Amino acid sequence: MAEPFTILTSLPMPLIRDNIDTDQIIPSREMKSTGKTGLTDGLFAGWRYTEIGGREPNPDFVMNDRAFADSRIILGGTNFGCGSSREHAVWALAEYGFRAIIAPSFAPIFAGNCVRNGILPVILAPEAIAIIEKSAAPVTIDLEAETVSLAGGENWAFPIEDEAKSMLLEGLDAIDLSLKMSEEIATWQDADRAARPWIYLGANA
Amino acid sequence: MTGNKTLFDRLWDSHVVTDLTGSGALIAIDRIFLHERTGAAALNALAEAGRKVADPARVFAVTDHIVDTLPGRTDQTLMPGGQAFIQETRAAAKAAGITMFDVNDPDQGIVHVISPELGIVLPGCTLIAPDSHTCTQGAFGALAWGVGSSEAEHAMATGTLRLAKPKSMRVKFTGRLNRGVTPKDMILTLLAQYGAAGGKGHAVEFAGEAVSALDMEGRMTLCNMATEFSAMSGFIAPDNKTFDYLEGRRYAPAGADWQQALASWLVLRSDTNAIFDQEIEIDASAIVPMVSWGTNPGQTIGVDGVVPDDAEAAPLEYIGLARGQTIKGVPIDAAFIGSCTNSRLSDLRRASAMFQGRKIADGIKAICVPGSSSVKREAEAEGIDLIFKNAGFEWRESGCSMCFYAGGESFPDGSRVISTTNRNFESRQGPNVRTHIASPETVVASAIAGVISDPRDLMKSELI
Repeated sequence: MAEPFTILTSLPMPLIRDNIDTDQIIPSREMKSTGKTGLTDGLFAGWRYTEIGGREPNPDFVMNDRAFADSRIILGGTNFGCGSSREHAVWALAEYGFRAIIAPSFAPIFAGNCVRNGILPVILAPEAIAIIEKSAAPVTIDLEAETVSLAGGENWAFPIEDEAKSMLLEGLDAIDLSLKMSEEIATWQDADRAARPWIYLGANA
Repeated sequence: MTGNKTLFDRLWDSHVVTDLTGSGALIAIDRIFLHERTGAAALNALAEAGRKVADPARVFAVTDHIVDTLPGRTDQTLMPGGQAFIQETRAAAKAAGITMFDVNDPDQGIVHVISPELGIVLPGCTLIAPDSHTCTQGAFGALAWGVGSSEAEHAMATGTLRLAKPKSMRVKFTGRLNRGVTPKDMILTLLAQYGAAGGKGHAVEFAGEAVSALDMEGRMTLCNMATEFSAMSGFIAPDNKTFDYLEGRRYAPAGADWQQALASWLVLRSDTNAIFDQEIEIDASAIVPMVSWGTNPGQTIGVDGVVPDDAEAAPLEYIGLARGQTIKGVPIDAAFIGSCTNSRLSDLRRASAMFQGRKIADGIKAICVPGSSSVKREAEAEGIDLIFKNAGFEWRESGCSMCFYAGGESFPDGSRVISTTNRNFESRQGPNVRTHIASPETVVASAIAGVISDPRDLMKSELI
C-alpha cells in the first residue's frame, strides 16, 4: 500500500529524452536483490556514474546536480519507461523519492507499475514540458484537479484513468479491492468452467 | 461474419468478470507464467501479505532469464548472486504448489518458447507474465501481455487483473515477403515507419496475406516485438496452422474438450466490418532485410540503406555511426542468435542453411542459443548444432542468455554486435555494447563477412 498522492510541489528534474527504457532506469546488472528494495544505487546507473559498475558520480548527469537533490518529479520524453517490464525500475524510483513523472507518453507496463507503487504518471504535451523546464521553478501537481501548474500562473490539465486516480489518491491496494469481489469472480469462474473446461487445469477442474 | 466486433473485442468481452469505474474492467486471467528473475519477489510478497495463489494449477514458472547457458550448468551462475534468484524462486514456487520447469528440466526454455511447445497458451485465453515479451504468445489468438510483479501478484491472488480497455489497431501486411526477408523484417519495418511509440495505447491485431502465410514460429517473431511498438499486446486470429500446432501438446485440451475448444476458437476473428481505432497497411513485397542503426528498435533502416539525415545526435554518438553512412559494410565484433524473438527451430534451420560450408570471419565471437531445451534437442537431431559449430559459432544450452547483460556474461566493452534479439538499448548486451538487431539470416551473413551484410547477396548465387 502506497502513501496517498494528493498535491505535490517540487522542482522537477529534467531528463527529457525520448524512449528512456527501463534498462536505463535500472540496468539488469544492478538488480542484485531478489526483493523490492535496496535498488536506489542502481537508479540510472549507466548515466549516473563515470563507468559501468562504478559509483563515481558523473558530474554531467542531471541526478548529480545538487540543485535537483530534492526533486520528487522527473520531466521526461515520449514513451518513457519502454522496454523490459521490470518493476525494479519503479521500485528504485520510489525508493529514491520520486513521486511523479511528467512526460508526453508512457510505455503501458511502466505506467501500470507506477500506479501500483504510488508514482503518478502525468501526460503533458512536449510544449508544456518545455515551458516547465525553461521556468526552472517548482511545479505543483494536483491530482484531484488533474492539473499541473507553475507559480507564475501557467497551468495544464492532464488525463488519467478513473481507476488509477482513485488508487493513487487514496493509496489503495489493488489486490485488497479485487479480493472484495471474490464472490463475483467465483460466480464468473463457475460459469466459465462449464463453458471452457479446458482452461481449468489440474485437480480443481 | 456480420457485425463490427474486432478479435480484440471478443478476447476482451469474453473475460470481463465485471465492469469497474470508468472504462475499466476486472478481466479474468487464464494462465500465468513466472520466471526466476522476479518470481521470488512476487511469490514472497504474496506470502508475506498472507495471500494465497488462487489456482496454482494455472500458474507456471521457469528458469530462463539468468540461468547460465554454458554446458553442465547448475544453480551457480556467472551473474553474481544469480543463484539466489534461482533457488528462492524454486522454493517459493514449491511452497505455492506451482509447476516449475527448472534448470535441467527437459522442458526448460525461454518462457515464450516453451509455453506454446507445451500447449499452455491457447487461442482465446488470457495469459500474463512479468516479462514484456509475453505478447509473443498472441500469435496463437490469445490475449497475452507483459506485466510488472505487482500485477502478477494481483493475478495470482485473484485470478484477475484490473484493466482499462486499450484502443484497437489493425496492422495489415498485404502481398508476400520476398526471398531473404523474414517476419523479423516485417516488425522492424513497422517500427521504422511508425516509431517505438507508434502503438501506444493500442492492442494490435496483425493480419493480411503475408501474416496468414507465416508459420506459427514466424507469427511469434512478429507478435514478439509488439511491446517494442509500445502496444499493450499483438495477436493474430487463429487458423488451421494454429490448431495443428497445438493439437496433442501436453496442456492442450484433448478428446471431447478439444472438439469443444476448436468450435469456440473458430469464431476468434474480426468481423468483416470490424471498426478499429487505427489501421495501418504495409506492402510486404516491398519489405527488405532490416538492421537497427540506433538505440531503440524504431531506429531501424533497410540493410541497403543509410543512417537517416535527421538522426538524433545521442544515439549516433553511442552507436558510433554518422548521418548518411551506409549501414552495410560496418565492421562487427560479434554475432548472436537467440532470444524469445528468433530462437526457434525454424529460425535455426534458416540461419544454418546460410552457411553452405562457409565459416564466420576471423575474430568474430559468435553464439547460438536455442530457445528451449526441446529446440536444442530437435536441432541436434538434424545436425544443425554441427553446422553452427563447424562455422565457428558456440552452441549453448537454452535460455535468455546474452539478450541482456545481468552482470555475468557479456560481449566485450564497447563491442559491436549483430543480434537476433529485440532491444538495441545502451549497454543492453554488455557495458557500452553497440547492438544492431536483425533477422537470423542477416546475422549469419554478417558473421561470415565480418561486416553488416545483406543476406540476399549470399543467397543470389545459391539455392538456399
